[in-house]
Amino acid sequence: MSRTRIAVTHCAKTYADGTRGLLPTSLVVEPGEVLALLGPSGCGKTTLLRLLAGLESADAGSVIRFDDQDVTARPAERRGVGMVFQSYALFPQMTVQANIGYGLRVRGVPAEEVGRRVGELVDLVRLGGLEHRRPAELSGGQRQRVALARAVATRPRVLLLDEPLAALDAQLKERLRDELAGLLRSLGITAVHVTHDQQEAFAIADRLAVMQGGAIVQVGDGETLYRRPAHPFVAEFLGRVNRLHADAGGAVPLGGQCLAPHAPHGLLVRPEDIEITAPLPGRATARVLHRSFLGDRLRLRLEAQGQPPLLVDAGRDCPWRVGDAVGLHIPAERLMPAAPAA
Amino acid sequence: MLAALTAAVALFLVAPMVVSVMAAFVVNYNRGLASGLTLRWLEQVWEVYGATVGASLLLALGCVAMTIVLGVPCAWALARSRSRAARLFEELLTLPVAVPGLATALALLLVYGGHADFRQGFGFILVGHAVFTLPFMVRTVAAAFARRELLALDEAARTLGAGFGRRFTGVLVPAVLPAIVAGSLMVFTLSIGEFNLTWMLHTPLTRTLPVGLADSYASMRIELGSAYTFVFLAVVLPVLWALQGIAALLQKRIAP
Repeated sequence: MSRTRIAVTHCAKTYADGTRGLLPTSLVVEPGEVLALLGPSGCGKTTLLRLLAGLESADAGSVIRFDDQDVTARPAERRGVGMVFQSYALFPQMTVQANIGYGLRVRGVPAEEVGRRVGELVDLVRLGGLEHRRPAELSGGQRQRVALARAVATRPRVLLLDEPLAALDAQLKERLRDELAGLLRSLGITAVHVTHDQQEAFAIADRLAVMQGGAIVQVGDGETLYRRPAHPFVAEFLGRVNRLHADAGGAVPLGGQCLAPHAPHGLLVRPEDIEITAPLPGRATARVLHRSFLGDRLRLRLEAQGQPPLLVDAGRDCPWRVGDAVGLHIPAERLMPAAPAA
Repeated sequence: MLAALTAAVALFLVAPMVVSVMAAFVVNYNRGLASGLTLRWLEQVWEVYGATVGASLLLALGCVAMTIVLGVPCAWALARSRSRAARLFEELLTLPVAVPGLATALALLLVYGGHADFRQGFGFILVGHAVFTLPFMVRTVAAAFARRELLALDEAARTLGAGFGRRFTGVLVPAVLPAIVAGSLMVFTLSIGEFNLTWMLHTPLTRTLPVGLADSYASMRIELGSAYTFVFLAVVLPVLWALQGIAALLQKRIAP
């Protein structure tokens, strides 16, 4: 499969009613890379995906290039993208086979060739034996695989996925996540994947672009974004964080100690980055309010002087019980700056 | 108590139909069953008015075909357009349903009555029926086209490289086929029973079933009129049941 580089330059979208769906945005997706656009609803991720697909027209001055070709003005019909829709949008009156082969038939590929290619794809997405079923007779996971096979049947330059797992229940979602990641790797196609689910983005994408309010906040691989978020929004969107407030003087107190002398907006720290020890002199102290066993670990809720209750993840052999006094240690490099309160 | 009341209401509603149909088979209505049973009235009706049965069925089928050809593309345009003009057009389209058929017919006569060939053929009545039934087809199909899934289907076909004509005939129309069948059923039913407009537009050579019925009621014996009613029911009901069966089958086959 061809590997196309996507380059988006100063691409923006203003809707007819004046709503700004996407602020001027630049982004590069490397050939063969899977990039996730991640963010809450209304952040512009779907708008950017639809601009890439050619289903929306970008504002003047926007440029979208696939390799060396400027496709900004090309309609979806002639852009050479494959797209998996959130609702899958399978053609209800057509069989699985006819759905997958539709794009090839539209291009006038001979029936024999269509049959061969559809057969390959049916094997690839493990739909053998279901070729003659209609979409209404398939399970959610099967529909999703038909949608994927249909989207890649024409060997598109770019694959676009709009919340491909959102229509599935939680358990199925987790299983299909890894399956989808595997399929995208075996296809080797450049893909852009829209989701609001950070677990899904971590599992499927090589890199993530976190979006908020119509703009990309940070782009990077999952580990970098999680460990070293450049923006407090990224920290709060990717996983749980505790928010530590600053006092009137701009210092951040915790359990009788001063965590940082000057951080007027407060600090963020993830539950797994707080270490619990016996109470030691010179350490912040706290008291265990609640202890819940999560199987692989414990989640404790602690009360520390000067801050609202803190969530802490600890190993499952952690000896501390409700009511115990404990000491807290937070490595300085784990503290992240917080955003100004909205 | 409730059962008795239900039975009474049902009887009240069914009795006129039963009596009317029975009147078609008795020798003399005033003397009732005692006068004996006969098929004479049916034979006479068939002789005088038999041609109206075929005419009405063909007219109704023609009307269905015409409203599909005109109405389905129109429904797509109305479902996709947010413009004020589109909403106004939709209102105008519905107007012939509210305006008495007589008025619509008069308007048609005033404008096209001078074209003798057109005026004297069934085509003239067909146009009248299409004007009256088009909103039923357009509304039903436009509601189906307006669903979000249809927009997604259209977009999916676009990303797969299909141009508008191909998407419309290959994806969109098949996806709303149940609505088109439902609309056709409505149009067929309305066309076959239409009297107002047809009465104004018909000529002695272009009579439909309902016009013939009125004629027989006004000028013939009560037994003959009743026999004609029976013919109407015997022709229309099986056709309607068959169409409904097809609609249900299609619904089951492609409903998501």
